[in-house]
Amino acid sequence: MQQPQPKPPSPSEDKRWKLVNATMRRHGYAAHALIETLHSVQEAFGFLDEIALRFVAESLDVPLSKVYGVATFYHIFMLKPKGRHTCVVCTGTACYIKGADALLAGIHTRYDINTGDTTADARLSVLTARCVGACGLAPAVVVDGDVFGKLTTDSLITKLEALD
Amino acid sequence: MAQPAPLSTVRVVTLTIDDRDFSAREDETIIEVCRENNIPIPSLCHLDGLSIWGGCRLCMVELEGQTRLFAACSTRVTEGMRIQTQSERLRSYRHTILELLFAERHHVCAVCVSNGHCELQWLAQKCGVDHVRVPYRQAAYPVDSSHEMFRIDHNRCILCTRCVRVCDEIEGAHTWDIMGRGTDCRVISDLAQPWGDSTNCTSCGKCVQVCPTGALVKQGTSVGEMVKDQHFLPILARRRHAQ
Ligand code: SF4
Ligand code: FES
Repeated sequence: MQQPQPKPPSPSEDKRWKLVNATMRRHGYAAHALIETLHSVQEAFGFLDEIALRFVAESLDVPLSKVYGVATFYHIFMLKPKGRHTCVVCTGTACYIKGADALLAGIHTRYDINTGDTTADARLSVLTARCVGACGLAPAVVVDGDVFGKLTTDSLITKLEALD
Repeated sequence: MAQPAPLSTVRVVTLTIDDRDFSAREDETIIEVCRENNIPIPSLCHLDGLSIWGGCRLCMVELEGQTRLFAACSTRVTEGMRIQTQSERLRSYRHTILELLFAERHHVCAVCVSNGHCELQWLAQKCGVDHVRVPYRQAAYPVDSSHEMFRIDHNRCILCTRCVRVCDEIEGAHTWDIMGRGTDCRVISDLAQPWGDSTNCTSCGKCVQVCPTGALVKQGTSVGEMVKDQHFLPILARRRHAQ
């Protein structure tokens, strides 16, 4: 008798996995929830990395190659940001109230790119993500994996300018 | 592959193929009826024992009263159907499809381990493709020799998905799938990782046997030595469906 596959633990403490899990639960962990789930990951994290793809594949019990096939078929999914550096602006409630949109506007003014875009010299990609779990630091931004908080447009641009 | 339904419920239909009369079960596809009666129809993605894919479009036939063409592998026969498998239009379309396949990647037969045992090569010979009128794309694709027994040369892949289907439907591993779109399409194992690193490949070699070209081959073969054997497929397919 086949046992249903046990659900894997979330890859990290990051609260955004809760959003992903909620999507899968809403669809009863059915294999056809794959696209919906990848959307949740992309919305929560800004892109789909290997950890996320493996987690989704295991949770929904879908073959890895199929998950990768779907993720690369649709242009809307990003496996990695295109630029050498990434700046993920948190747009969770707290950061939003504290001026996440001003940060995005500042980036747009300086680099002429919008969410999901990469500068023409492939130096910087800017993405947005749902709450990164650093509300106490609002507005927060994740630059190349490091969280920075209580930013103003000027302090953020200074940080981004300092990247090589 | 159409699995025979209980006899009582299946009707028999009559039809004509190239103006000859035939009868067939209504759950059969045109290509199945043609194969039973030794009527040649070129095909690449179709393989008896695997699900229908309908991707290569080589098996196109004409149906009387219809202007568009139909894929023989994915069209079921109906009562009174009048099928033409040979015409000038079909000949030229098949010729062009084969030329496009040759132009898309690097199919250099002279140095291929499948030389002389390749379905693409046979079809080209049968359809009289002696030169290619479209420019070659000349794009280089990777070769993955990381598996201890097998090798995949993406330059020789025609994306027929036979390997993907046999791995999923018969072996049950689903190691292979197709990534990307357009000219970026590629057969991948797991998360597009080296085949040798795959965690669910069972090294059964079914994909190698069903691959029509020299894309999936055994390691250690040299020019013309790779002979494929697909006789296992209809047998395994029947047993799988009987389960
Ligand atoms: S590797 Fe072979 S079987 Fe697989 S899609 Fe390419 S040509 Fe077809
Ligand atoms: S054999 Fe019918 S489309 Fe390929």
